[in-house]
Amino acid sequence: MTQDASAHVVVIGAGQAGVQVAEALRAGGFAGRVSLLGEEPYGPYHRPPLSKAWLAGEIEAAQLVMRAPEALARKNIELRTGVRVTGVDRARRVVRLEGGEEIAYTGLAFATGARSRTLTLPGADARGVLALRTRDDASAIAAALDACLARALPVVVIGGGFIGLEVAATARKRGLAVTVLEALPRLLARAVTPQLSDWYAALHRDHGVQVLLDAKVSEIEVSDGAASAVLTADGARHPAGLVLVGVGAVAQDALAAEAGLACERGIVVDDCARTSDPSIVAAGDCTVTRRADGSTRRLESVQNAVEQGKAAAASLLGHSKPFTAAPWFWSDQYDRKLQMAGSAAGADRSAVRGETSAASFSVWHFAGERLVAVDAINAAKDHLLSRKLLDAGVSPTPQQAADPSFDLASLLPKP
Amino acid sequence: MTTITYIEPSGREVAIDVPDGWSLMQGATANGVDGIVAECGGSCACATCHCYVDPARAGELPAPSAAELDMLANVAAERRPESRLACQLKAAPALAGLRVRVADTQE
Repeated sequence: MTQDASAHVVVIGAGQAGVQVAEALRAGGFAGRVSLLGEEPYGPYHRPPLSKAWLAGEIEAAQLVMRAPEALARKNIELRTGVRVTGVDRARRVVRLEGGEEIAYTGLAFATGARSRTLTLPGADARGVLALRTRDDASAIAAALDACLARALPVVVIGGGFIGLEVAATARKRGLAVTVLEALPRLLARAVTPQLSDWYAALHRDHGVQVLLDAKVSEIEVSDGAASAVLTADGARHPAGLVLVGVGAVAQDALAAEAGLACERGIVVDDCARTSDPSIVAAGDCTVTRRADGSTRRLESVQNAVEQGKAAAASLLGHSKPFTAAPWFWSDQYDRKLQMAGSAAGADRSAVRGETSAASFSVWHFAGERLVAVDAINAAKDHLLSRKLLDAGVSPTPQQAADPSFDLASLLPKP
Repeated sequence: MTTITYIEPSGREVAIDVPDGWSLMQGATANGVDGIVAECGGSCACATCHCYVDPARAGELPAPSAAELDMLANVAAERRPESRLACQLKAAPALAGLRVRVADTQE
């Protein structure tokens, strides 16, 4: 397929994963047409700054750009923005667009991303109840933050996950009163271990954010069509000029499901990004991976978009480039950068390298004797080392991990 | 605005007027400069915006933070004393005319 100039790969989705598939195809020598179809009106842009610098009004639109149109054009990647794909006909190998246009493909990649999960509560559709996924979402939130500042109204964040906490930090740094309502007993429950949850609660509280755990939202109070407060099951009323809903993301797998591909809260792919139709690949937030050992894994991260994008392109070219590296992720809140590697599910002990009261430290998680995950706070060196150790299948002992004078790099196999 | 000259992996040189306060990474990606991958969008988390600043002027730039230094250990191309992450360098008049060579690979 590589040398066949009549081939045409269509990539549905022009975000991080879509761009990666397209660029990796070209880097792999693909000589056919590459079409990148984006639903948003903007070309590919970076999402991570949306909850931070963009929300704080510190950057302009051009600084969000991931790939300029001319950069894609130079690689003969045809970008079409503002295009909605309404269906995929696998039998005829065409993609249908809103308006009726059909695009024939010889290779197909889904990179349709995810959308914000919505709340199904009274008042959830009122003005001023906002979620964060797109640049337009972030602009609306930024305007709402401005309005809250001008009118001295508080911000209520529903959901103590990464989106909720990053927005909370940005809002707090702008001088707003912020309350985070988390339904579970701890913050970031799906992503970090209890020790780090506690550390994050303390971090936000130290900055003056009101963090309420076990706080179940029952209703959003509405006045004149706009959210005015959030009511929790314990009877408390939390006034709000803005309600930021950060309760997770839902994979955009409807097109794939309608096309008959296996989906399970995401388009099911293998380690090589192949869907249940081996000639179709998928990458990024729209996927769920069924691993070689039968377990499933859902990653919502830049690394996943990039690595699956590369794996997907390789599969389309008939090569095998499985994504087997340890998953990693980062989050910036205030002046603290968390960098995580591995997966702490199944961990039964941990060791702290440094002091959790210090600005920089790392927590090493083990399942028995096996290192499974490391959380590094302002400790990029530990983070990068942990990725090498995890990828090499090498585990320090908890004692070695906890000993800052022990050179963990010495455990790595010599090149 | 400060003029920065980027040297792409192909050798092509392109002079860009970068607004002051923008990172050199943003100056590159907004203007289609080839070779700056910038997976993490400028968060000092991926080391794929690796570039070599003109060695003769490297000392004029603000020194890298501990975080940038740590992440520089992860660059794919050869790390040199003048290696920097473009997302951590901000355009400013003092950088006028700076020549920046984009690393030949970011993976």
